[in-house]
Parts: sequence; C-alpha cells; structure tokens
Amino acid sequence: MTAVDTDILAVAREQVLERGEGLGQEQLLAVLLLGDDRLEELLQLAHEVRMRWCGPEVEVEGIVSLKTGGCPEDCHFCSQSGRFPSPVRSAWLDVPGLVRSARETRDTGATEFCIVAAVRGPDARLLSQVREGIKAIREDGNDIQIACSLGMLTQEQVDELVAMGVHRYNHNLETARSHFPNVVTTHTWEERWETLRMIRAAGMEVCCGGIIGMGESVEQRAEFAAQLAELGPDECTMNFLIPQPGTPYEQYEIVEGRDALRTVAAFRLAMPRPLLRFSGGRELTFGDLGTKQGMLGGINAIIVGNYLTNLGRPAAQDLEMLDDLKMPVKALNQSL
Amino acid sequence: MSTEFCARCGRVEADGDHTRCAVLLASIDPPRFCADCGRRMVVQVTPAGWVANCSRHGERTSTSPSVD
Repeated sequence: MTAVDTDILAVAREQVLERGEGLGQEQLLAVLLLGDDRLEELLQLAHEVRMRWCGPEVEVEGIVSLKTGGCPEDCHFCSQSGRFPSPVRSAWLDVPGLVRSARETRDTGATEFCIVAAVRGPDARLLSQVREGIKAIREDGNDIQIACSLGMLTQEQVDELVAMGVHRYNHNLETARSHFPNVVTTHTWEERWETLRMIRAAGMEVCCGGIIGMGESVEQRAEFAAQLAELGPDECTMNFLIPQPGTPYEQYEIVEGRDALRTVAAFRLAMPRPLLRFSGGRELTFGDLGTKQGMLGGINAIIVGNYLTNLGRPAAQDLEMLDDLKMPVKALNQSL
Repeated sequence: MSTEFCARCGRVEADGDHTRCAVLLASIDPPRFCADCGRRMVVQVTPAGWVANCSRHGERTSTSPSVD
C-alpha cells in the first residue's frame, strides 16, 4: 500500500505533524487535489504543523527596489524586464533613499529589510551601491537584519555579500523545474540552483520560493513544493501572480482563493520548519479574509508595506491583524 | 490638478472605461503615467510610499494631495 492509498491528511498528521518529515511529491499532489470540503481541515493541519515546528512568532519584513526596470532577462511575469512593453521605467534608489526605506521598515517593527535589484546578476556599480547603502543604514543607527536579492552570483560576489554582513539572500526558483523554460528563456533553473548552492555553502541563510499562477499544472505545483523541500531553504517566499501590464502574462487569471490556500497549506506540509512568507499578490488573491486564513493555514512570515513595483496594504493593517490573531512579531534578537 | 490621462494605463480618461484602472490605483498600483500629459513617469516605490517623476510636470508622491 502506498501512502496515498490512505487518507492523505491522516498520513500528513502522523508524518509531518508528529515526525516533522515533509510530504513527498506524490503526497503533495494528493493534498492539492483535495476537495473544497476538506480545505478547512487541511488549513487547520498546516497551522498545527507551523505551530508545532516553528512556533507562534511571525517574521515581518520590508523590501525595496534598489534598481528598478531595464532587466535584460525575460521572466514572463515581471514588469521590470526590458524586453516587454511594460509601463515600468528604470529607476535607481540613491543611498539616502535606501536609508529612509530601511528606517520606514524598522519603524513598523520589522526585523528584516531586503534590498532587491532587477538584474541578471550584480555588477561592480550595484555591489558598491549595496555596500554604501548597508554602511549608511548602520550609521543611521538601524540594526535591522539585511537581506539581498540581486540575481545570480559568482562565488566572489557571494563572499563579498557575506563580508558586508548580508545575512540572508533571496533567489527564487520561481516555479517547478519542468515549467521553468515556459517562464524564463534567458537563463536556466539550474543556474539559479547553483547560486543557491553557493549561498548555502557560504553560510548565508537561503530564501527561495516562487510565484503561483503562472500556468503551471497542479502536478507542477506539487513538483515545485517538493523541489523547494529538497533545497531546504531557511525561508520560502510565496508570491501569487499579479498579471502585469505589458508582460506575456498580462491576461492570466488571478489564482482562485481556495486554490491559493490549498497551495499555501501544501507548501507547509512539504516544509514543516522554514519561514513560509506571504509575499507579492496576496492582496489580490486573498483579500483580507483570505490573508487571515493563510496566516491560520501555515504562513508564519509576511512582507509588510509596499513591494517592488506594486503597493501593499499599510503595515499597520497587517500588524493589527497579527495582534488580532495573537501572533507575536518576531523580535530582532530571536534567531530562526 | 486636472486629470486628462489615466495614471495607470496612460490613455485619455475620456476614452474607454477606466473603472478597473481606478480600482487598481486605489489598491496595488502606483501611478505610472502623468495625469496631465500622459508621459510615462519614473516611479520609485518605497516600503511606505512612492515617488513619481514626470519629465514635464515634476514630482508627485503618495502624500501629494491629488495623485491621479
């Protein structure tokens, strides 16, 4: 008898909740195929898993785009690719702007500030801007933890970021390996994996996730969750497609709320221990009610405030929600 | 400030239905086009706001009295 011959939630309760062992790809597919009549039960289990293996704290993060637009890559979901007729124009954030953004983030009570650039990989100018920015943030008396997302890296660049004090690096695999060539053609899934491997080996925390709703099948969602679990990130970031004007995915439908919630829960059952972060697109996909359900369905980290090119909810609204849910915001001195 | 162009799609406000644009501008999208001349603006989104620059009409911010 295989695991999926018995009730998948009963299996998950024993395997994930009791033993802390994530579900495999075939099991995840069974979860994703559960009917709406099992959704509440699934979310409850994912929440129990999160509470058991992560605790009640929620990690709050703010992000900012240091270099916007003009990216040479062709990620079909992205309004910042220079290859599509998107209304997003190139912009550079100067160091004082970066310091203000870090301060705005710290003022929300967030413990994590992620500096992001729309590039294939950083050049010397960008790394210099990051270095100056981090120095200026520290000189401003801001002790927030700093993460970066600057595309694909060389080993030398990884070492440089470590020396700058960057404690976590975000590099999303974006989607299942089998679907990636439909989403990006200018680089490969394997190139992204290689950057992630170097980050891990250098001792930085690994943040890796992707975007749900880019035309992937339910089987590919299961495949993606299993591949992420194999990577074993410290944080998995879950975005939901915002169909951006001018991109090839402009006409794609927003992921249906119940499917999105099932996916959140499935990702938690694939990865019981990492931070699972609500990221871009949650406002459109989930709304207020769905966001709360997600927080009670496996999520234990959020991005507050605005995103890179889109706006989010005011940070105070999310913090009030966490207060209502009696989920304490993780303090700066707490480690993973 | 007069609103002649849709700040989201850049088309003339009087042409077509911009209801969806208005909804998205009120929720997830910063303005991308100058409402006065329809030029594409340089927009910087920050954690708590945004700044948009039109080469002809200057800077607007999320705290400006009227942004669209």
